[in-house]
Amino acid sequence: MVTFGGGARDEETFMPEGQENIPHLLTELLPQASFFTQVVNRGILGHYVATASLATGVYERFNNFADVRPENPTVFEYFRKDLKRQARDAWVVAPSNGFNRIGESSNRSYGQGLGAGVILPKRLLTAALDSGGRTSYEHLLRDNYETPLYTPELSGSEFELQQLDEIVKLSVSDFVTHARNLASPDELSVYVARQLMRQFAPSLLWITLHGIDVAHSGTFSLYIEGIQRSDRLCAEIWKAIQTDPEYAGKTTMFILPDFGRDSDTDASGNGFQHHRTGDALSRTTWMLVMGPGVRQNVVVDRPVESVDLVPTLGSLLGFSTRLSQGKPLPEVV
Amino acid sequence: MLSSDLKPEQFRTYPPQGRQLAIAHIALLKQLPPSFVALLLREVIAYDWKFPAEQKDVTQQLAYLDALSNEQRQEAMAGFAQIRLSPEFEGLDWVNAPTKFSERLTAHLWSSHQIDGFRAAALDYGHRVDASRTPNTPPIPRLGIVVIGQGVASSTYSLFRKLRKQGVYFKAVKPDSGLQILLDAVAARATAHPIPFGHWYIDGAAQEPGSSPGLTSVSYHALEPARAAILKKMEKVIKSGTGGPEALHDQMADLRPEEIGLDGTGDEAVLNHFQSSLLAEGSGTQIFNTSFVQWAAREALRRAQPVTLLARFTPRQRQRPMGELITSPQQSPELDPEGSLIDADMGAYLTWINQQRLSGAEQSSFLVWWEDHPEAVAIAPTLPHGAVSTSPIDLHQVLAQIT
Repeated sequence: MVTFGGGARDEETFMPEGQENIPHLLTELLPQASFFTQVVNRGILGHYVATASLATGVYERFNNFADVRPENPTVFEYFRKDLKRQARDAWVVAPSNGFNRIGESSNRSYGQGLGAGVILPKRLLTAALDSGGRTSYEHLLRDNYETPLYTPELSGSEFELQQLDEIVKLSVSDFVTHARNLASPDELSVYVARQLMRQFAPSLLWITLHGIDVAHSGTFSLYIEGIQRSDRLCAEIWKAIQTDPEYAGKTTMFILPDFGRDSDTDASGNGFQHHRTGDALSRTTWMLVMGPGVRQNVVVDRPVESVDLVPTLGSLLGFSTRLSQGKPLPEVV
Repeated sequence: MLSSDLKPEQFRTYPPQGRQLAIAHIALLKQLPPSFVALLLREVIAYDWKFPAEQKDVTQQLAYLDALSNEQRQEAMAGFAQIRLSPEFEGLDWVNAPTKFSERLTAHLWSSHQIDGFRAAALDYGHRVDASRTPNTPPIPRLGIVVIGQGVASSTYSLFRKLRKQGVYFKAVKPDSGLQILLDAVAARATAHPIPFGHWYIDGAAQEPGSSPGLTSVSYHALEPARAAILKKMEKVIKSGTGGPEALHDQMADLRPEEIGLDGTGDEAVLNHFQSSLLAEGSGTQIFNTSFVQWAAREALRRAQPVTLLARFTPRQRQRPMGELITSPQQSPELDPEGSLIDADMGAYLTWINQQRLSGAEQSSFLVWWEDHPEAVAIAPTLPHGAVSTSPIDLHQVLAQIT
């Protein structure tokens, strides 16, 4: 499961004028996929709360910037509880801005101990760099583009270093050396995800890309670069799946933005920069699904909702998503 | 507090003109739904620092609401009256802090799934007010000029991709003295048609010399001390570790020009409040000059409704890749002319859209030119759509075709 975040408009992706930005999705993945052209998000258009809604199948209502768990069970909890899976079988790799609680909900019937492990690669990196003096590297954590200077609070680096050693199985120096050669935190996320695939071969892996959200700074070229990078990374993830015997031929991949962005013509917005108007363009996005049993090169034009994702995953993997608001997508299951 | 409980003394902290306006319309304000009256007061409390066009808009809204019968007013306000507010709103001082109230209201509308209803109510209200106005024809047809691409020798990016179909794509413009020709043209309009805040020049670098006194000039360079001050303030809020982004938004919404070294009184008060708001409320304007120019042009058009606007984009700082941030964290960023060209190309398109939202759009003209290069697009009622011109032409001649 890959969220093509945060927030990309159709006109910079699958509309004719945007197709130059997504050559990999268009020519490599689309021919192998069922493509949903209208995925509507009727919830709050903030990245954490919207991603949490994708993960619970319920339009969550909490403050996007709050350090809280989703109220409804996540797909990871449904998966682990119903199928009696171990903790190491479900992981989330996410940007650092507030996504640390996305792995499990506050729901009493699920919640603690039943969710996914959450890895925040940039926190790993900052912790790894700590030995050289963290103050110099705080800017690496600044990824809340809606408030460009906001840095999420850190609570010590011991846990991150432990994750690096025990979970990602990398030495601090190897990790930092690798990070030095990467252009963006999203590449670091994919690198960590591949490490997880090698170490644990989890059955449920959720990767949230976030670089596109640089659009909030108002720089169109950086927004486009973010889309182009996400396009490339999605292809790399699929390639990694196809070349890994643990995954090849038995893995389904979903790719979708969490939502769109404001249209150029809505007077209350400022074009691509934000997702604040709630107009149709900001609420509507697309989804690619590929894998065994999924029909290839098929376009589904009927509107579906972003909360349909969780029940679809439930139907595919054989667990109940009883509290989800969505419906399984018959084109996939 | 309910709207019906409003009393004149509650407006004592308002600036003089705003206070006078609020007290003069208190009978009306008492009849409006809370989710609406706070938003209206957000305009009234800032009335003294508004541009003439904005002041006219506020007084027209009040006049429109005043002129309605009770039944008509209820109908016009029906969408707002249906908004359900949670009890926490009763404790908010929406009279003296209407901006903070509106921030909270926005969050509440999203979380309670009422944003679509509010949006529909706002659109309906806007249409009603517009219909009540007498057409506001500008004294001369509007002219927007955007200059992009300084410092880029060549580019493979397909420039003006969104604007070409709106007018003529000139491919053989003589670039000699191009910027000066454009500056002279806007200065001449400012001299010939003196209108307070009616003619604007916004520059992403330093202001070019020889600007006309009738031009309202804003430059990224001139605001460097203010930008440094606002970044310092932001850092301070962030490092305090209290409140997160919402606390930061609140502080920025309350920011006064004096707090970032701009004079908030006297002749420059209105412009300095505007400039302060560009830095406090604009995303990325404190860091990237391309974002600053686009947002400044957008806000100038929306708020001042000028008849002339010249916006010049210059190269912004480069976004450094992660590996470089690790290797040399303290290094100063270089410029990114190529990326800035793409930013500016989109900025030009958004500027044209914003100009077209104003009255007299059907008579308005627009020109975007790649600085020091032979490429430009001109849009005017006199020009065809989607045409291409390969004949040599200078910018004097292009301007003559569109004005």
